[in-house]
Amino acid sequence: MELLAQIVISALLVIAGIFGFLGSYGLLKLDDTMRRLHAPTKATTIGVGGVLIAAMIYFAVFQDKISLHELLITVFLFITAPITANFVAKAHLHRDVKPSELPPTGGKYGWAAYDSVSPDKQPIDTD
Amino acid sequence: MITYALWFAATCFSVALLLNVWRIGVAPGVVDRILALDTMVVNAIALLNIYGLLEGTAVYFEVSLLIAMFGFVSTVAYCRFILRGNIIE
Repeated sequence: MELLAQIVISALLVIAGIFGFLGSYGLLKLDDTMRRLHAPTKATTIGVGGVLIAAMIYFAVFQDKISLHELLITVFLFITAPITANFVAKAHLHRDVKPSELPPTGGKYGWAAYDSVSPDKQPIDTD
Repeated sequence: MITYALWFAATCFSVALLLNVWRIGVAPGVVDRILALDTMVVNAIALLNIYGLLEGTAVYFEVSLLIAMFGFVSTVAYCRFILRGNIIE
């Protein structure tokens, strides 16, 4: 049982380390900001998740402390990663890309990053 | 075995932090700097938890939760400042 836990913890830590390194390496290697956005927001989240699950198993098996607040950090990062990615993409569209360079959205409304919906046509009803 | 894996992971995340510092230094634009800072926060959380595992204490989880929250809020505030020129309207 302890050997199995050791193997699982070590494997999770090694996978997490590789993913974390690849996330930051992709940030340097990929050649477009939109592509660079993919590397850290996905890979380092898996990296931190692996470390935290390894910590959870470690404290449950070797110190008999079953704790769930590692899961809290994992869930928090999983929730906030897409929000951060969306904001960074919007800032990139706002700063570095002209609206004429983008393809048409194919729907009724234009790109949301440029506020191209007039106030009387906005899709969300607030009343 | 766990100790070796911990040191391997710590080395990986430390090199990742150095790569992020390099990215902040030579970035093509300010958006890439924000992205590198956000990645630095995530890598720092992982490194802090690995240190907690090496020490065998669970004190560092609360610290990393705080760092995660501040990292998220600061990234959103920075992006919002670029988007609107204002943080709280």
